[in-house]
Amino acid sequence: MSEKQPSIQFRLDPRSGVAPYRQLIEQVRQAVELGRLRGGDQLPSVREVVTQVTINPNTVHRAYRELEHLGLAEGRLGLGTFIIDNPLHLATNAGRKELARSLQEWTRLARAAGLDGDDMLDLLRQTFNRDEHVLS
Amino acid sequence: MTTPVLETVGLAKRFGRKWALRDCTLSIPSGKVAALVGPNGAGKSTLLRMAVGLSRPTAGTIKVLGELPGHENATLLQRIGYLDQERPLYRGFRVDEMFRFGQGANPMWNMELAHSYVDQLGISLRDQVNNLSSGQQAQVALTMCLAKQPELLILDEPAAALDPIAREDLLRLLMRQVAERGTTVVLSTHALGDVGSICDYLVILSHSSVVLADDMEFVVESHRFLSASSSISPTLPDGVTVIDTRTSSRDVTHLVRMALPIVDDTWQITEPTLDEIIMAYLRLGTSSVASEAHGPHAATRGGIS
Repeated sequence: MSEKQPSIQFRLDPRSGVAPYRQLIEQVRQAVELGRLRGGDQLPSVREVVTQVTINPNTVHRAYRELEHLGLAEGRLGLGTFIIDNPLHLATNAGRKELARSLQEWTRLARAAGLDGDDMLDLLRQTFNRDEHVLS
Repeated sequence: MTTPVLETVGLAKRFGRKWALRDCTLSIPSGKVAALVGPNGAGKSTLLRMAVGLSRPTAGTIKVLGELPGHENATLLQRIGYLDQERPLYRGFRVDEMFRFGQGANPMWNMELAHSYVDQLGISLRDQVNNLSSGQQAQVALTMCLAKQPELLILDEPAAALDPIAREDLLRLLMRQVAERGTTVVLSTHALGDVGSICDYLVILSHSSVVLADDMEFVVESHRFLSASSSISPTLPDGVTVIDTRTSSRDVTHLVRMALPIVDDTWQITEPTLDEIIMAYLRLGTSSVASEAHGPHAATRGGIS
């Protein structure tokens, strides 16, 4: 095996219930946040990814397109997909989008449970304080 | 529009008095890895055998790569790779002899590809088929299909009865071919884990009928769990079809297929996993497509628990 090492080694958990393309996106995002992937790094080609994990190549394409859509990566014609320069704040943004989405879901549940806006803020404050307490 | 790789209209097959497949209308687009899922006896193998011309329809039509399958259509068969559950190999042959046989029978045969695949799997060309493990035999059988360089691969439970490593090697080999050659695949399987990771089109057969056929991308997006306290028993939102219903003494949960996003505060809405959706369809007790939202709904209880 004299080929160059891929910039990221993907993992796939088929039992997580999380769609495979989301798992790939999340792993790239985390790698960027942790500094393991940096601006200009090339993501492994679709062919490489299908030798790393048992996954449909179309799913890898889809994850890469979504990473471009999120502004984290860019496709360069004939070359491959690369992490954009200074990706860090975008990774954080993408993380925030994900948080906002789960918060929306939570808000819907809370409303269904009969909580109004103030109740939700109270609950958030309580939870936050408890966490602070645990962490300190 | 490209021609669908597999297109059926009102396709049916009867063996004696038993319908193995009924009123099957399907259109699988090119470039997909399509999973055919369903309980034993749901008609998966029957459909696949008709697709390669090994069996004739009782009613309806089937077109494969735009053509009618049948033994007289030899040029079509050269464009298809088919592997059934028996994985036919000549047991007294060596691997290289199997390959030479494949080369003689298939004008598009790619010997280099065949060699590189078995090499990657650690199988020697001089190994005798008899002496290979069942996992390796499955790999050689699949390699025989891939080296034909078919446009369409039809695989009947390709990874059944393989140990976890052999199955992963086999599926990766398959995905490599899809990535490098854009081959379309239609495969039947019982392994729901494989469906989510390697397939991007889903067909669910139940009681000899198609109950769901869609792009994997839309399957999860178009299904939701709706829960509510049974004391409220709210009406269902418009445009939803109930697939499965579970009730407890306190609440009721429906798995629904929706035509539009649901905006409704009376229901608690959660996203199901792919497995949950497939299981709900497999449990469908009736042979018809799921009953409409407001109709009576009693057929989905019981079954496997």
